[in-house]
Amino acid sequence: MTDRLLITLTVNGEEHELLTPARRTLVDALRHDLRLTGTHVGCEHGVCGACTVLVDGSPARACLMFAVQAEGREIRTVESLAGPDGLGDLQRKFSEHHALQCGFCTPGFLMLAEGFLADNPEPTREEIREAASSNLCRCTGYQTIVDAIGACADERRQACGAVCGRSADNPADERSRA
Amino acid sequence: MTTTDAAPETAAPETVAPEKGAWTGTAVRRKEDTRLLSGAGTFVDDLALPRMVHAQFVRATVASGRLLSVDLSEVRRVPGVVAAYTAADLDLNDITAILDRPPEEFVPTDMPILARDRVRFAGEPVAIVIAEDAYAAEDGVEAAQVEYEALDAVPSEEVALSEGAPTVHDQAPGNTLLDVSMFATEGIDDVFASADCVVRVDTRSSRQNALPLETRGVVASWQARDENLLVQTCTQVPHTVRTALARSLGLAENRVRVTVGDMGGGFGIKCVVGREEIAAAAAALRLGRPVKWIEDRKDALTASFLGREQHYDTRAAFDSEGRILALDSDIVCDMGAYSCYPFTAGIEPLMASAEMPGVYKVPAYRVRARGITTNKAPTAPYRGVSRPQFVMAMERLFERAARELDLDPVEIRRRNVITQFPYTGVNAVTYDPGSYLEALDLAEQLVQDEGWYELRESAAAQGRTIGIGYCCFNERSGYGSDAFAKRKMSVVPGYDLAEARMDTSGTVVVSTGTLSHGQSHETTMAQIAADRLGLGPDQVKIQQGDTERTAYGWGTFASRSITIGGSAVSRAADRLGEKLLHIGSHMLDTTPDHVELHDGTVRRTDDPGRAVSYVDIADIAYLRPNLLPKATVPGLTGSGDFDTPGDGTFSNSTHAVVTELHPGTGKVEILRYLCVEDCGVAINPQVVDGQARGGIAQGIAGALYERITYDAQGEPSAASFIDYKVPTAAEIPDVAISHLETPSLLTESGAKGSGEGGTIGAPAAVVNSVNDALRHTGVEFDATPITPEQVQHALEAHS
Repeated sequence: MTDRLLITLTVNGEEHELLTPARRTLVDALRHDLRLTGTHVGCEHGVCGACTVLVDGSPARACLMFAVQAEGREIRTVESLAGPDGLGDLQRKFSEHHALQCGFCTPGFLMLAEGFLADNPEPTREEIREAASSNLCRCTGYQTIVDAIGACADERRQACGAVCGRSADNPADERSRA
Repeated sequence: MTTTDAAPETAAPETVAPEKGAWTGTAVRRKEDTRLLSGAGTFVDDLALPRMVHAQFVRATVASGRLLSVDLSEVRRVPGVVAAYTAADLDLNDITAILDRPPEEFVPTDMPILARDRVRFAGEPVAIVIAEDAYAAEDGVEAAQVEYEALDAVPSEEVALSEGAPTVHDQAPGNTLLDVSMFATEGIDDVFASADCVVRVDTRSSRQNALPLETRGVVASWQARDENLLVQTCTQVPHTVRTALARSLGLAENRVRVTVGDMGGGFGIKCVVGREEIAAAAAALRLGRPVKWIEDRKDALTASFLGREQHYDTRAAFDSEGRILALDSDIVCDMGAYSCYPFTAGIEPLMASAEMPGVYKVPAYRVRARGITTNKAPTAPYRGVSRPQFVMAMERLFERAARELDLDPVEIRRRNVITQFPYTGVNAVTYDPGSYLEALDLAEQLVQDEGWYELRESAAAQGRTIGIGYCCFNERSGYGSDAFAKRKMSVVPGYDLAEARMDTSGTVVVSTGTLSHGQSHETTMAQIAADRLGLGPDQVKIQQGDTERTAYGWGTFASRSITIGGSAVSRAADRLGEKLLHIGSHMLDTTPDHVELHDGTVRRTDDPGRAVSYVDIADIAYLRPNLLPKATVPGLTGSGDFDTPGDGTFSNSTHAVVTELHPGTGKVEILRYLCVEDCGVAINPQVVDGQARGGIAQGIAGALYERITYDAQGEPSAASFIDYKVPTAAEIPDVAISHLETPSLLTESGAKGSGEGGTIGAPAAVVNSVNDALRHTGVEFDATPITPEQVQHALEAHS
């Protein structure tokens, strides 16, 4: 159990060199090696989604990936969502709609929604509900999470007019258009 | 008005000059949100201390057995393992929860920190393994050699109460820890014998996990400078943990500090004291290094505190008009292997005994309630605490009686709900004013107005199966010392203490003994204090979750925080306000009865143009005490205490649910969920809605999805989310909430508790709705969860 590998992880646009055991999960590397503790661990078997991050723009369970498997991929975590002006639009919608109570599942839902909206900028409520059913929340009953994601989609759509919520700097959008 | 919070918050409330009282009833944006949305919260597992090591537990692999040997020699040779300890190595005092009741009513049992000579459930901690990282700790656990002499297990109520059953605790032959007959109205048998209608229901609820998404965990470290053991943990009850932990370790309480950061839910299972956090603390002292333990999901599902497994055999007598005449219930709560501290195995059966009549005028009542012990993980008071179960029994009785008497299910309830307040029931509980009838009427009106009755009929004509179900209930909140003392607990959690302290910038810190972990108290308590002081919520910071920074407090459970804690906060703020008036009036050359608090100032009532700001008052109170009025103590503080008098304050609600049953799959689809609720004055309506929706989701989970089962040997069958079905956004419907407001006359703000209601009402409302849909089949379900297999079978048998 002492096999260690030197890897480079690209997280939120920053490169990190890491000497990691082969069996270390991505979420443990993010949380305990890089100290990006916003990504949470809820079940360690890929069901609850508290550890959801974006890997090359798509939502992924960071508890089901080894850190070594993430080398060469673009990782995005909840810590990337706020900008210099404070919370990002999706985060603000979660607050406005009271889409979080204890906040433990929230980073996972935010990253799930971020990836989902990049792929599907004009979702129906049912599509949002289906996407949100990937993750577990025990506090809210989900309704306000669905509301918040929908409100964010609406706002982005209004903000960019015809190009509907796609921001050019989001690699996921580039991919989804390709 | 200035905003003095250092961090600019996009989500901060609008800072508009408020009138006194303006913040109550406002959906102020939560103070908690910015950090939680940014990934900047601080949960237990986010903590990292220098030289920290990681703990995991060797757990029993049999449900019942004698512990013959625990050999940890191989464990200690595993790379990365630092230490491994058995019960004998740590030599800790047991945890014992006690009721002040005679031996025929209650049997106290000891819960060792690590199992010594006997194991009582599969998953019970037997040894603690400490390693340099969490992976190595798991490796170490695998290397333990434990020998058991397996004994016959007691996996169920049926076995526990059978003749000659094996015993879980030697002190409790018959496996009964609590057996109380609290009420027996004289002549009740005659009432049953002569009644027009007697109905009987046998209701059961399955064992569930409260399931906070954050499992339990702790970081324990000796702090050399403070000369104390710092226990950073996720608990709803930090002072209770400090007391139990200090006693188990044999330490004075001033050598233990318990702090709680952000916490990922609790729902009751974190309001009891766990063994693992004490073992981890003992290991930290032994090693002189910080020890972290984070429970994994398998242990959370199998070896944590569970809840809900209860069985009610209940009869009710009615007259021909559908008025209830008598209620008789035999209650058995399967509490698992140990009494939880501080509440004991009596918590659920005593709650049920005291409150079962609920919102109804029940003239005669008899109840026997038992708390039994089985070889399963222990239970803790999960959100609702036996109210989801006895409300189910009551609501099933009314449905059954309505059918027998050919009455409308709403009408029979209407004839029985309490309408005159205060009302003292046959259960010797006095109910404060509520809106029981109004809530029922409004719920029915909404169902009618939305056309669900018509749809039910027209859909039936098309071969669809749609049902409508109701549930009426109240929720006692703010149990004070009087109410808990009636249960004869030796630990009586009732009061709360708060302190408000203003600083030189005119901003305020208020400490509370309650502990928010999703309930938004940092926001709502600030709203309460802000209203009392004529400030904005952004100028009030709430201090909680630190036994060295708050007075002894009881934490957050039983919907006590806004009722009791909030009232203490109100009073502390008022005392601080009085001091501001005292000093301010002196500065304004008048007396305290001629000034008032207004928008961050003390101003003259006879000349409102003359005012001094809090900052100016604070300047004198702290920095220029020579200018204070004579004999005035420097500083600006106020302390408040509160304890709900009498029987507490009751919120109430009616839920109405429309379901459609799908043939083929047996799926129960919730087409509409309506909730009419009355929690008195809502401090923050958005937060109240959130509590209701989240509670309803957990109630639906119990009604239709979640169940922890055991095999005949007591082995748990649900060890992951593959086997334990937690509903997602695909299963939980939107919930429409309507509000009524009957202010509490007992609390400072008029608020009643709102933490548990949704969970209490949802199971019965859903079950009644499914049974209504199945009316044509004659099938009625009285046990939860109702599974798709059962529904499909019921539909198929009739088609």
